[in-house]
Amino acid sequence: MAVAAALSRALDSDLWWSFRRSPVTILSAVVALVCILGAALSPWLAPHDPFDLATLNLGDAFKPPSWSAEGDLLYPLGTDDQGRDMLSAIMYGARISLLVGVSAVVFSILVGVGIGLLAGYLGGVTDGVLMRIADIQLTFPSILIALLVDGVVRAALPRELHDRIALFVVIFAIGISAWPQFARTVRGSTLVERNKEYVLAARVIGISQLRIMLTHVLPNVVGPVLVIATLGLSSAIITEATLSFLGVGVPPTQPSLGTLIRIGNDFLFSGEWWITIFPGAALIAMVLSVNLLGDWLRDALNPRLR
Amino acid sequence: MAEGREAPRPAATVMLAVEDLARHFDVSRPLLQRLLAGEGRRSLKAVDGVSFEIPRGTTLSLVGESGCGKSTVARLVVGLYPPSRGGIRFDGLPLEQARADAAQRRRMQMIFQDPYASLNPRWRVLDIIAEPIRAFGLVSGAAAQRARVAELLTQVGLSPLDGEKFPHEFSGGQRQRISIARALSSHPEFLVCDEPTSALDVSVQAQILNLMKDLQARLGLTYLFISHNLAVVRQVSDQIGVMYLGRLVELAEAETLFTAPRHPYTRALMEAIPDLEMTGRQRIPVGGEVPSPIDPPPGCPFHPRCPLVADRCRREMPLLLPPRSQVGTVVACHAVEEGRDPPPAPAGGDQRIGTTATAL
Repeated sequence: MAVAAALSRALDSDLWWSFRRSPVTILSAVVALVCILGAALSPWLAPHDPFDLATLNLGDAFKPPSWSAEGDLLYPLGTDDQGRDMLSAIMYGARISLLVGVSAVVFSILVGVGIGLLAGYLGGVTDGVLMRIADIQLTFPSILIALLVDGVVRAALPRELHDRIALFVVIFAIGISAWPQFARTVRGSTLVERNKEYVLAARVIGISQLRIMLTHVLPNVVGPVLVIATLGLSSAIITEATLSFLGVGVPPTQPSLGTLIRIGNDFLFSGEWWITIFPGAALIAMVLSVNLLGDWLRDALNPRLR
Repeated sequence: MAEGREAPRPAATVMLAVEDLARHFDVSRPLLQRLLAGEGRRSLKAVDGVSFEIPRGTTLSLVGESGCGKSTVARLVVGLYPPSRGGIRFDGLPLEQARADAAQRRRMQMIFQDPYASLNPRWRVLDIIAEPIRAFGLVSGAAAQRARVAELLTQVGLSPLDGEKFPHEFSGGQRQRISIARALSSHPEFLVCDEPTSALDVSVQAQILNLMKDLQARLGLTYLFISHNLAVVRQVSDQIGVMYLGRLVELAEAETLFTAPRHPYTRALMEAIPDLEMTGRQRIPVGGEVPSPIDPPPGCPFHPRCPLVADRCRREMPLLLPPRSQVGTVVACHAVEEGRDPPPAPAGGDQRIGTTATAL
């Protein structure tokens, strides 16, 4: 009953209305859904397990896509130099990319929203210091920050330990490179909210600052965060792919789309184009659809554009 | 409405005493720009030396134009801003001490101007009204809290079922009722009302004012009432303070202020009240603008606009003094002190001003 009511309310909302009227958005939602489901459910959906060495057959290496003359229906998108099925490798790789992207965005949100709330609500010196740090970081490209963090951690930790936590290092590196956007947005809305009378009413009662920030201000400033998070997800995936392409990202034992593109790159000029083109296309499809969804969300939630 | 006020009051213990209260805001430009331009700090004297007392169970109103500092006084009194100078005593206790003690803090509450901003749009009405109850631990148990909120909603003329709704489902007047219910939920004795009706339609204003007066009579509340609407103020007040540029220029019993205004500024305000009877009365408009509180004029702050201005007004700040031959009023005006002002009750005019004001 409650679910039905919530569903009918959702279908009745402005958001749904603007969603239905935009064919591009519907298409990107479908593509994004296919990418996300294919990635998340790859262990069950993928035709092969690219990590199971027992099933690999070097005789099947460099098979072109199934529609070309030498293609094999068993490997719809061809195989790589090890005889791995590209479709399965892409699905597993997208899973890693998505995992890193989502975790990095969540990490950015936690750091950025927290700092933005503090800076906006407390103001004064706290605000000045935190926002100058954000400004300084914004002057560097985020890929540089991520490279720097990754490099420092790599140098600081023993190799064996680093290999084990490499995934977390990448998540941390990408997450830390993106927090200022969240912080700035949240700070802006917090500056507006903190002088509203409902916040003053809570202060008159004597509610603690932390509690006011979390229960009163936070629910009223998270709207724009959703938009940046969606746009941030695509750029986090790109950053991860870039790091992996450069060979400093996720460990080779857990290849992401970026790793696949890098490996494929070696064979691009010897004619085995499918090893790099298909992971690249998958990356583009995923990032573009998520980005278009983010654009739509931004416009749909912007009251001035209605 | 003056009749109701004649009833014997409880022993005149003072609920709130304000002594030489001042609040200055730093409006300087950032340090670097200041250094480059070679200028010093600048401060805005929003409130500068205000003193009054509110006896328990009565209402004191502060009136004045926008920017005269009346809302700042309201916020100082509940501790939202620390004062730059002077003291506030709440029921005999210094305000800081009272604010630090939950048992004392519970006794003061505030009602705000904008009913569209004073309720958190993401919260249900139930949670909004229950917030003080939970914060002070007044009622424990979800069911008991629900019952208390239902009781409060009924008390302000809403339905107990309204607790499940969100603020945007209500009209301005209903929201203000929710705001009042929230303020009442901690059993306060002193309410600061910062222009509680100025954002409402005139018909709804009267309802809210009647509700507030009714609650005052039933619960023995003390009000500090902030308004720029003289008609509203006349309806609710026992005492009225007129503010100009951060200072009190006249403080009087409500009826006295309307029948025998003394300060030239108060008189000008009375002149400005529209006149339904269309008596064709001569009005003397006040020229000029309110000066900037960042750079107030020397001497009496009203002197650039005052019809009775003399040399002394330009040099010396007048003090709040009782004028000759009148009780229940204090006026900060050299002209009144020296007896240079025209007699307080010129034939005709003022009674009629009163009727118009009361018509609301």
